[in-house]
Amino acid sequence: MKASLSWILDYVDVPEGTTTEHLTDRLTLTGLKLEAIESPGREITGPLVIGRVLTMEPEPQKNGKTINWCTVDVGDANGTGEPQGIVCGAHNFEPGDLVVTVLPGGVLPGGFEIGARKTYGHMSAGMICSARELGLGDDHDGIIVLPADAGEPGQDARAVLGLDEETIEFEINPDRAYALSLRGIAREVLVSVDGASNLRDPAVRDTPAANADGHPVVVEDAEGCPVFVARKVTGFDPTASTPDFMVRRITAAGMRPISLAVDVTNYVMLETGRPIHGYDADNLEGAIVVRRARDGETLTTLDGAKRALDPADLVVTDDSGIIGLGGVMGGETTEISGSTTSILVEAAHWDAVSMFRTGRRHKITSEAGKRNERGVDPTICEAAADRVVELLVEHGGAQADPGVTVVGTPPQMPVVEVPGDLAERVSGMPISEERSIECLRAIGCEVSGSGTLSVTPPPWRPDLTDAQDFSEEVVRLVGYDRIPSVLPTPPSGRGLTRAQQLRRRIGRTLAGEGFVEVVTFPFVGTTDLDDLGVPADDPRRDLLQLSNPLSAEAAYLTTTLLPGVLRAAGKNVGHGNADVAIFETGTVTLPRHAGPAAILPVDRRPTEEEFAALDAALPAQPFHLAVVAAGDAVAGGWWGEARPVEWADAVEAVRAVAAALGLDVSASAVELAPWHPGRCAELSVEGQVIGHAGEVHPSVCQSFGLPKRTVAAEVDLDVLIERSVHLRRAPAFSSYPVAKEDVALVVDSSVAAADVEAALREGAGELLESVRLFDVFTGEQVGEGRKSLAYALRFRAADRTLKEGEAATARDAAIALAAERTGAVQRA
Amino acid sequence: MSGPNTDYDPVEVTPLKAEQVEAMREAALAAIADARDLDALKQVRLDHNGDRSPLALANREIGALPPQARKDAGQRVGQARGAINQALAARQAVLEAEHEERMLVEETVDVSLPTTRRRRGSRHPLTLQSELIADLFVAMGYEVAEGPVVEAEWLNFDALNLGPDHPARTMQDTFWTEPAEDHLVLRTQTSPVQARTMLTRTPPIYVVCPGRVFRTDEYDATHSPMFHQVEGLVVDEGITMAHLKGTLDHFASQLFGDGITTRFRPSYFPFTEPSAEVDVLCFVCLGVDAAACRTCRGEGWIEWGGCGVVNPRVLVACGVDPEVYSGFAFGMGIDRSFMFRHDLGDLRPLFEGDVRFSSAFGTEI
Repeated sequence: MKASLSWILDYVDVPEGTTTEHLTDRLTLTGLKLEAIESPGREITGPLVIGRVLTMEPEPQKNGKTINWCTVDVGDANGTGEPQGIVCGAHNFEPGDLVVTVLPGGVLPGGFEIGARKTYGHMSAGMICSARELGLGDDHDGIIVLPADAGEPGQDARAVLGLDEETIEFEINPDRAYALSLRGIAREVLVSVDGASNLRDPAVRDTPAANADGHPVVVEDAEGCPVFVARKVTGFDPTASTPDFMVRRITAAGMRPISLAVDVTNYVMLETGRPIHGYDADNLEGAIVVRRARDGETLTTLDGAKRALDPADLVVTDDSGIIGLGGVMGGETTEISGSTTSILVEAAHWDAVSMFRTGRRHKITSEAGKRNERGVDPTICEAAADRVVELLVEHGGAQADPGVTVVGTPPQMPVVEVPGDLAERVSGMPISEERSIECLRAIGCEVSGSGTLSVTPPPWRPDLTDAQDFSEEVVRLVGYDRIPSVLPTPPSGRGLTRAQQLRRRIGRTLAGEGFVEVVTFPFVGTTDLDDLGVPADDPRRDLLQLSNPLSAEAAYLTTTLLPGVLRAAGKNVGHGNADVAIFETGTVTLPRHAGPAAILPVDRRPTEEEFAALDAALPAQPFHLAVVAAGDAVAGGWWGEARPVEWADAVEAVRAVAAALGLDVSASAVELAPWHPGRCAELSVEGQVIGHAGEVHPSVCQSFGLPKRTVAAEVDLDVLIERSVHLRRAPAFSSYPVAKEDVALVVDSSVAAADVEAALREGAGELLESVRLFDVFTGEQVGEGRKSLAYALRFRAADRTLKEGEAATARDAAIALAAERTGAVQRA
Repeated sequence: MSGPNTDYDPVEVTPLKAEQVEAMREAALAAIADARDLDALKQVRLDHNGDRSPLALANREIGALPPQARKDAGQRVGQARGAINQALAARQAVLEAEHEERMLVEETVDVSLPTTRRRRGSRHPLTLQSELIADLFVAMGYEVAEGPVVEAEWLNFDALNLGPDHPARTMQDTFWTEPAEDHLVLRTQTSPVQARTMLTRTPPIYVVCPGRVFRTDEYDATHSPMFHQVEGLVVDEGITMAHLKGTLDHFASQLFGDGITTRFRPSYFPFTEPSAEVDVLCFVCLGVDAAACRTCRGEGWIEWGGCGVVNPRVLVACGVDPEVYSGFAFGMGIDRSFMFRHDLGDLRPLFEGDVRFSSAFGTEI
């Protein structure tokens, strides 16, 4: 809400010397936050004075234009007292007129510096200004011609033009709809600024009593439209222009002046907060009827849009049909036009919820709708309509029709029981009951009783419904800045949960492994899955769709973190960081198609079943980890060659995470997009699959702008965290000597090393301390399609030194089992 | 060695004469002293103390002497060999020390060479900031609560006193999911965790909830469809706005520095009543000479978040008796706090995944 300061001060007095800053500081602290203070002339510097045109010589130019060579009396403002010679392109003035003149040295909005310069054969020393050049509006049809009594030549023109007028922009919270009016702001000034006094409420006025002579109005839906006031003026001069002060105030409020009739309704809306609608009375046919729309009805509104109406929409009709969407927007057929001479003024109170729904349904936002849906004082319809009539009579030469239609009565405000000490209990600062009552009365409440107060809010405060609402009013007037600062004393906490600790540990582990954490958006499109090479029947294609995505290309919530991290990795490579290793943790969204999440009542706690059903209706949202690495894992340097990343780095990243959680990961070959079909590991912990890792398919690398051999992994961290070892047992070491045995086994290339190792472990028995695969060899010596695996076995007993041959026996048993299970042959 | 001489009893054997032994000893000691390095010393050891050395050969002759002379000669030779052994050991030690010293000099490297072979990892600054904030509250005795990002409409709105026709719903641009009748949203705030917490715990409740939230804001320097909030909720007997103020003052001083306090301005949130906007004193200019301050843009205060006393309607919907308990709640932007704490003017680097950004913050902030 924007309002010029002088307009605000029309309705309330502040002590002499109150600065704008003080006023806005106080309003900010009581709840009307200052957004900005503007004045139209803030960009204008230097001499801007009233001038009187002495002479003007039209001089046609070769380019077809005619310029006027003028002499202008600017008094002593130019230092000489001599007339100022100025070239002017406008023609809407004549000698003797008072105009606005900027002299050399002046600067106009946009940093436009004015000097004396030679143009069209004359030395033009200054400029005669239009409204647009001064930043006062769009009017550039001609220069500003001031009223004859505006002032003397040479006098500063700023005050005359209202250029110094300050406009204050406030942020209005949804519960303070009353402050969307000068009336409301003035009341806030009264209660906020020390020494403010003498509120002159523009909505308090004597209005003529209702009579039977007014335009007939029938309200069929009194709940939707509790009050409908209609007044009429005739003989209105459609050519009458809006007075300057009104144009300035409407413009300052951020609205566009249109015509006197429309401007007056807007002006009164700004003044009182009550939206007004004007009809061309000559185009009305018969009685006005307010009702809900019927199925299939349509209306072309003022903005030219033809709208299909909903049975819940409130409409204003006459014999011709629907003529307006009540409280939201008028219809075309009865619109006030440039030839309107009779105006029916409607000031009606509308049900706020209906207004909100209709506005949302038809996607209409308007100044009227904004107020009607937040709630307007229902008691001021007559006053507002009367004020409109007054202004139309005063400025448009109209006559007020004696008919006054008033249908309905304003709803009663509820009486709310408010404990007298509530403000004190809520705020934690001493506030007596007397002080509470004083504050409540200051904002317009009626208060009676003591101990428990019976409080009736003022009709402009429909937001005040609960006892606690009144406590806020008291506390804000006492002052939020006076609330003491006291630390509560929580009971002893249990610290982070184990899962929370482990998530941190996982992040630190990956950072320790050289990965950089990134955060990406969870939005994807089906093309992202295409880029991953995910087949049509893959469960990752079951995506939860957004109804209102920011972009059609990313209209779903992702089921995998891989698109985000691959995209980010590609971006890094694109930025010239060829060696990149990143990770991301976050939830993915896996639809369960479990039906709707109920809208439960709010006047009681949901039952356990209801609450469980809500959770069950949500998609599964497991916490995932994705890693990507490309380029070199170890840089080349004085120490030797670089080592490029390879599939194993992706597996190892997951193993490092699992190890930090006390878990072992086993890997087996699988084919899955987006990985290389021969280089993808399915990773498991204790037999449960947790995810996949390996080298990314070359075509996927290409899609994401990544080099070949890029590696990636994605795992479900919830599973890892759930299975993590909480209390690890202290190990017992044997101090007896170790016996080492090396074994080289030749197996088919297709045999998994992990299977060979498992057989060796099982076969070797309990004396085995460790197995380490220290070499993998393929070549002629071992034969086509075969590979040699060399293991170092260590044997040790817990309680004795091994006897001669014991280790060898265990080794042979290990080899025997490996041979049986995997066809391994001991290499000669 | 020769066998014992039993047939005759010579008085003397030349090599075992005292002067001869003395000469051998002198020669050995001189050679030892002359040995320039360990190799030379090894040769000296062979020459003068080995099996074929003069003294060793002389020793073999001892048996040829008569018993009395045998003893004298044995003593002489033994002493000589003892002296030589001692000298060898001493010289060995000297030469080894010299050798080691030379080796160490030869092994000198350029210690200024780069040493980083492996990439250095880092964590995302928003993760770190979230953890830092969680830790501040855990230190006060709070616990960290959590909730899903795809949330039931009822928990994101209705339970928080944002009914279907509440004008405040239009303040929040909500991502809805298909089909609409499933009533699911991407949570627009961390506040549904308030409701979840009250529904699953019994007072006293002291929790914070850092997390991701979503709004349909076009992505630009100051808006992002995804950002991070930290929600705080306290429900206990006798909780007041003074406790809220005390808690946020403490939070501000911990996050932004000693002496940094907060300012409350009346505001409106459906889930709190009274409600306040929280400004934090500009930690750069401390409100002094704010006009020139880039961080607070001349305000002296920085908008930090929203807070208030939990609306009794929310307590009722979540099964907490408002006659017994009261509470406060607050919500701050983590991204926003990070931006002004670390002088970041454009939020987009937070979500672009450029490793240069995260790397700048390492593993703790």
